[in-house]
Amino acid sequence: MMAGPTLSVLIVDDEAPARARLRDLLADIAAEVPNAVVGEAADGLLAVRALEAHPVDVALIDIRMPRMDGIELARHLGRLEHPPAIVFVTAYDGYAVQAFELNAVDYLVKPVRAQRLAAALQKVRHSRPVSPEVLAGLQQGARSHLSCHERGRLLLIPVPDILYLRADLKYVTARTANREFLLDESLTHLEEEFSERFIRLHRSVLAAKDAIVGFEKNAAEDAETQWQALLRNVPEKLPVSRRQWPLVKSYAKRLSS
Amino acid sequence: MPSIKQNPAAPPLPDFRNFGVMLRILLGVNLLALAAALVQSAGINETVGRYVDLAAWVQPLLLLDLAVFAGLRDVLRRIDPQIGRVVVVGLTVISAVVLLDFWRFLGFDEGGWPRMVRVVVLAGATAGTMLFYFSLRARAFSPALAEARLQALTARIRPHFLFNSLNAVLSLIRTDPRRAENTLEELAELFRALMRDHRDLLPLADEIALCRQYLDVEKLRLGDRLNVEWEIVDVPADLKVPPLMLQPLLENAVYHGIEPSGDMGTIRVRFARNGDELHIDLANPCFQGSDRQHGNRMALNNIRERLALHYDLEARLEAREETGADGRREYLVKIVLPCRSSKS
Repeated sequence: MMAGPTLSVLIVDDEAPARARLRDLLADIAAEVPNAVVGEAADGLLAVRALEAHPVDVALIDIRMPRMDGIELARHLGRLEHPPAIVFVTAYDGYAVQAFELNAVDYLVKPVRAQRLAAALQKVRHSRPVSPEVLAGLQQGARSHLSCHERGRLLLIPVPDILYLRADLKYVTARTANREFLLDESLTHLEEEFSERFIRLHRSVLAAKDAIVGFEKNAAEDAETQWQALLRNVPEKLPVSRRQWPLVKSYAKRLSS
Repeated sequence: MPSIKQNPAAPPLPDFRNFGVMLRILLGVNLLALAAALVQSAGINETVGRYVDLAAWVQPLLLLDLAVFAGLRDVLRRIDPQIGRVVVVGLTVISAVVLLDFWRFLGFDEGGWPRMVRVVVLAGATAGTMLFYFSLRARAFSPALAEARLQALTARIRPHFLFNSLNAVLSLIRTDPRRAENTLEELAELFRALMRDHRDLLPLADEIALCRQYLDVEKLRLGDRLNVEWEIVDVPADLKVPPLMLQPLLENAVYHGIEPSGDMGTIRVRFARNGDELHIDLANPCFQGSDRQHGNRMALNNIRERLALHYDLEARLEAREETGADGRREYLVKIVLPCRSSKS
């Protein structure tokens, strides 16, 4: 018997029966692997809130969930002050399973068996967390949210709310209609990941394509930025560099035609 | 009843009331006439004139014969296919002779034995050629091939659904054994239907019952998130449809329209009879960035192909995205099937 200290567990799955099943199994293996389910969450956003309130040792995370998938959730959780160890659970996803095998990421398949669950929990005590790079590699498509720390809280910003992203000396600022957020990301990576949504206006600026409402000439005799982009819901005018102008202009034309 | 269960030795006669078959006959015979015109004429300019001359002869005969065969379809399908073929060629020849004599009577043609023999040979050869084409076509969709295609479709039930459902049943066994029993029974029924012989048409009522069973199982997992509205207007109870035509579409609707959303979503299914056609409309919410493209198109193509095997050109399937009345994106699939009274 390898009973150690009690593991606190959070169950994240959008299907109530699946959560109930994991809860039953965890109770079954409690003698072997002491554990206590401290919470359940039906999606990624709720899971982040729950973990902020009560950090846990292990999060069992379903991969296919509405609003935010399990992989993305794991990426955001990695930025928590006390990130939980993560065990992925999946019903059937050929692609994900293959990627997990390749990267030696531990996962469970539904229906989960008690012995496999116990083994995964034992392992979690000793193994190191999956690196952010590996998680980024597992992600299919772009994230639905960006995350940032603010006064000890992990904030999630829905990507569709972001009007533009601007790189300053050290940080990238994400602007929504209401406020700004400081992100710990690189503008180049963001441009790659969200190329469908954002267009580069300037060396340091990405703007949401659907937020651009027009362009105007820069009144000031500034050599670098002759044109400025106007965005909905914000007063700021964003510089369009000479280099990007032809591309941005052709995009704007397609938009208006 | 159109069925693709065929004896490979002698494919049955084509369904002469099927629009696709009629179209193929019209086009085929006219192509033969065009070829004949090309052979007869010295230059390409002359061909058109020749073809018009020929067409004036061919068209009345063709329409007459199509009408006759459509009228005799049920008789022709009941007798042995080989005898049926002889009857078809014989009727064509007789009608050609009668028509020639009619033209002679009206004074458009001089008649006479040599012309009569020529008409008999040409009409017989043309009818034979078309019948040969149809039997080749029937063989091309021969049971082995058709079955392989149908089996491929059967395998389309998502493993995702199977494992998630089993998981849901497992979760019920301790708390609600009775419901677990019911669900397992329903799963068994579903898989029995999936593993059945898929070549024969089945009553629409059976397909609808199957869909309801499938949705019951999904409802267990998804709870209130899954809402389905059925609307069935004036549909003949005994109408027969290809099996598993609707269930894969519903599975797609759940996978792409309900699961990616955390909120309640509604799938609408509507059956309505419109004259000789049955219209089936299926609508589900639509999400950007969902991975619908590949799997969905495969299921649609599969069903489209099966509809073609059963109904030729008389059935169609369309799918499109649309903005609904409340401004939400919806994904719509529309199937149109011939809806004849099922005495045939």
